[in-house]
Amino acid sequence: MQRYSGFSLVKHALSHHENWQRHWRNPAPKKEYDVVIVGGGGHGLATAYYLAKEHGITNVAVIEKGWLGGGNTARNTTIVRSNYLWDEAAALYEHAMKLWEGLSQDLNYNVMFSQRGVLNLGHTLQDMRDIQRRVNANRLNGIDGEVVTPERIKEIEPALDVSARARYPILGASWQPRGGVARHDAVAWGFARGADALGVDLLQQTEVTGFKMLDGKVVGVHTNRGDIGAKTVGCVTAGNSGTLAKMAGFQLPLESHPLQALVSEPLKPILNTVTMSNHVHGYISQSDKGDLVIGAGIDGYLGYGQRGSFSIVEHTLQAIVEMFPVFSRVRMNRQWGGIVDTTPDACPIISRTPVRGLYFNCGWGTGGFKATPGSGNVFAWSLAHGQMHPIAAPFSIDRFRTGALIDEHGAAGVAH
Amino acid sequence: MFYIYCPYCAEYREEEEFHPKGQAHIARPLDPMATSDDAWGDYLFFRDNPRGVHHELWVHAVGCRKFFNVTRDTRTYAILETYRIGEQPSVTADSVSTGSAASTATLTGVQA
Repeated sequence: MQRYSGFSLVKHALSHHENWQRHWRNPAPKKEYDVVIVGGGGHGLATAYYLAKEHGITNVAVIEKGWLGGGNTARNTTIVRSNYLWDEAAALYEHAMKLWEGLSQDLNYNVMFSQRGVLNLGHTLQDMRDIQRRVNANRLNGIDGEVVTPERIKEIEPALDVSARARYPILGASWQPRGGVARHDAVAWGFARGADALGVDLLQQTEVTGFKMLDGKVVGVHTNRGDIGAKTVGCVTAGNSGTLAKMAGFQLPLESHPLQALVSEPLKPILNTVTMSNHVHGYISQSDKGDLVIGAGIDGYLGYGQRGSFSIVEHTLQAIVEMFPVFSRVRMNRQWGGIVDTTPDACPIISRTPVRGLYFNCGWGTGGFKATPGSGNVFAWSLAHGQMHPIAAPFSIDRFRTGALIDEHGAAGVAH
Repeated sequence: MFYIYCPYCAEYREEEEFHPKGQAHIARPLDPMATSDDAWGDYLFFRDNPRGVHHELWVHAVGCRKFFNVTRDTRTYAILETYRIGEQPSVTADSVSTGSAASTATLTGVQA
């Protein structure tokens, strides 16, 4: 792999930048791999990368039916934070946060991770009680956070309307300075390039059509490019996980919903942070290009169409204008939808399944991007050891039968 | 945007008047205390989530406030049928795959 550096930039300038190496190979599928990862989004590529890098398992394929990072990895609003309420979830997201902090160096790829801070606004007394409880829980778990007053919020984010005149006056917020945003495509590309360099085969335009089983154990996958053998299979397929589970003969407690996002025309820098509001129900940040990146709630119905209803877009923008009246005449440029796999407790499923050798990492719902490195890291450990990583263990499918749910609806940022 | 036929109002109304309420035809176990953890977990948390024909519960929240059922394709978002609580669907995944749906579906909605 050609390493990127200031020196390489100068060197390639001499040859008019025509000799840069391709990011990854486009190999033909082998007959058999030690591990097959189904799904070439951020989480799947991260899993492959950490399998190769930390566990020395390089005979790995990532199977992607479209192109790398073309699903929710490319459709989210790129927010990264770790201020979750319960110990189990906080450990998982904070594990990811620590990996984010060194990720560009680790991958030799600029993922443009920008720790500009995340505000979660409170508009009611109950909001503020929940925020205080969550910030205290965060601090006990070693996660940065503080409860800030409207005056302090005004210093952090001057464009925000913190006046008492607002329809839903802002009473305070939780503030996580280490939160921020990252460049979503670069995360997928960086992990893909790193995994490829370590020998992982990235098989694009390859769709899994079924699983090969032998005595209750998975031994490979059927694809539209022929059968591929595998000792272990990890599915990291977000909104399509339910469909894959059905192929393997079991059910997952997932519901697939459209989640929409939109970006505005580019503006001069106006937002310093990521601002989220559970109560008026929207979140916003500004990309380095200048567009306002906006999202809100899911469409309530099931859908696989990667689009949602127009009314949700309207509600989203109402929320944004409630928080930032100054944006009332900003024009929106693009709008799109992704399919999120929501679980009953708003926490992911990282788990063994009834089929031996088959693992699922799914159910990230509306907030999976922030966990990309951590999710890949603990899932790779689990696949390599044949047992669940201690951080991943509480996220087993079994919790929906034992009742040991991890209810993160409150800290999931916006109510869904 | 859906344009939904409410079987109680007997009119097409805009999606904004309605709320989706999840999968339809889920029966609460008759004797919860005698139900195993697995069966109770299935009842509470496990849903069909099909890619295709789906029977779901909607409520006409700012209309007649009655619950009713909708059969909808989760890929195309086309509403194939709406019917009252207590009735059974005439359009199902099987009937659609055999191609008889178009003739039997009497109440067709406008797709999103």
